[in-house]
Amino acid sequence: MLRLKLGGIPGMTINGKAYIAGAYEHPTRLAPDKTVAQLHAEVALGALKDAGLTREDVDGYFCSGDAPGPGPASMAEYMNLKLRHVDSTEVGGASYTLLAAHAAEAIVLGKCDVALVTLAGRPRSEGMATGTAPRPRDPNQPEAGWEMPYAITTANGYAMCAMRHMHEFGTTSEQLAWVKVAASHHAQHNPHAMLPEVVTVDDVVNSPMIADPLHRLDCCVISDGGGALVIVRPEIAKKLKRPLVKIIGAGEAVKHLTGGTFDLTTSGATRAGPIAFAEAGITPADIKYASIYDSFTITVIIQLEDLGFCAKGAGGKFVADGNLISGVGKLPFNTDGGGLCNNHPANRGSMTKVIEAVRQLRGEAHPAVQVKNCDLALAQGTGFQLATRHGSATLIMERE
Amino acid sequence: MTRKITSPVVTVETKAFWDAAREVRFLIPICTACGKTHWYPRAICPFCASDKVEWREASGKGTIYTFSPMRRVKEPYVIAHVTLAEGPTMLTNIVDCDPDKLRIGQPVAVVFQETENGQPAPMFKPA
Repeated sequence: MLRLKLGGIPGMTINGKAYIAGAYEHPTRLAPDKTVAQLHAEVALGALKDAGLTREDVDGYFCSGDAPGPGPASMAEYMNLKLRHVDSTEVGGASYTLLAAHAAEAIVLGKCDVALVTLAGRPRSEGMATGTAPRPRDPNQPEAGWEMPYAITTANGYAMCAMRHMHEFGTTSEQLAWVKVAASHHAQHNPHAMLPEVVTVDDVVNSPMIADPLHRLDCCVISDGGGALVIVRPEIAKKLKRPLVKIIGAGEAVKHLTGGTFDLTTSGATRAGPIAFAEAGITPADIKYASIYDSFTITVIIQLEDLGFCAKGAGGKFVADGNLISGVGKLPFNTDGGGLCNNHPANRGSMTKVIEAVRQLRGEAHPAVQVKNCDLALAQGTGFQLATRHGSATLIMERE
Repeated sequence: MTRKITSPVVTVETKAFWDAAREVRFLIPICTACGKTHWYPRAICPFCASDKVEWREASGKGTIYTFSPMRRVKEPYVIAHVTLAEGPTMLTNIVDCDPDKLRIGQPVAVVFQETENGQPAPMFKPA
């Protein structure tokens, strides 16, 4: 096979060659009074203002399946952008850790200087049964006929992964619950969080069962909103007034059912993670803060294992007893409250994962959850369905 | 099971399977070039990329790889991945069962359930 080894071509890297100059999270969690296009534009302008740049500076635009219209065209027109590079890769909720890396790649190649990445949506206002009803399918999807009769949904798909993880590794409902407990400890400090109340392990395991073994409090919230990033070449970042946060490594993968020979206890992060760490030249032990996509509590445990923060199967023990709580445990995670407590705009979680990592690296997280000397952070996304096919994207960032 | 079962999309690639299902026959694809069976069925073998894929009648036997009873809906049902005796693992439902007594590794057997438009689809029940 003509395939390059892990790490790609020597000397060809995004490490240190693109900076996240602007990051903005929309404060809304319910937006019946705004359109999806309007939300995209509002987060774009918010991120540009944060960076100290204007709409006229943008020459690269990056969006995904939540952007209204086909690919990037409709939003480019709505915002009246003049572009020389676009990318609308769709890997579900993992799209924004992936697009941030694609923006860095485009900057390295000189295809753009100021890259704008946007996410926005209104599943809450639109009354979408996000987790418990099957999503509509394109009949040309080759797997459509083999899944439609069985009513796989977001919730029962991830539940099957949790069921198998428990079977193979002895993971317990109480261990899953610790992921939510940690997120709630962080959310109490976030004035925008949908669920700011601190919960206990008992609260989680006694909440109604959605799809065994996942309870209601094992599931993320459904919210409107959005977020955006502005990624620029180093010379531009150094002229701006914001703290310098650079991208130093990225990896991506798609994992699927491989012709019917698969396991559901690992994610694409087993491949995306090592690529990102190799490019960054660091190890999981170096990471001071991690944003881990938390569509469900099990999603966090599986990704933490796959990224190498603990051994495969040890994720349940790793997250227990507050190990993910900032100031308490060894690996502070999702200090904004994450998808489990804060928000999950457009049912896509990796944008807010990058934004909170940027806050941490800038020292701008809430003082109660700010990680001391936070110089290295990771954001991890998992998109689509862990129980069938999904995208996975890892982004590693450093404060300069 | 009382829930309305969505009918599958039937394509030129998969019509033979669904026609056989109407005769209560459960087919799986086998590649005569590499000898492997796969799931979901497709005309190009996912393992060796040969187009020498044929249908064979399967035993209809399998074991539960994982499952989850869906509780928060009007008509609860059980989603599952079942590993077939012939090798591949397929997405399906477990029917005619007590969801609280299912376990991973449990033997199951195919049963065809009628979908909304009358097309039967393969599901499994405890063997």
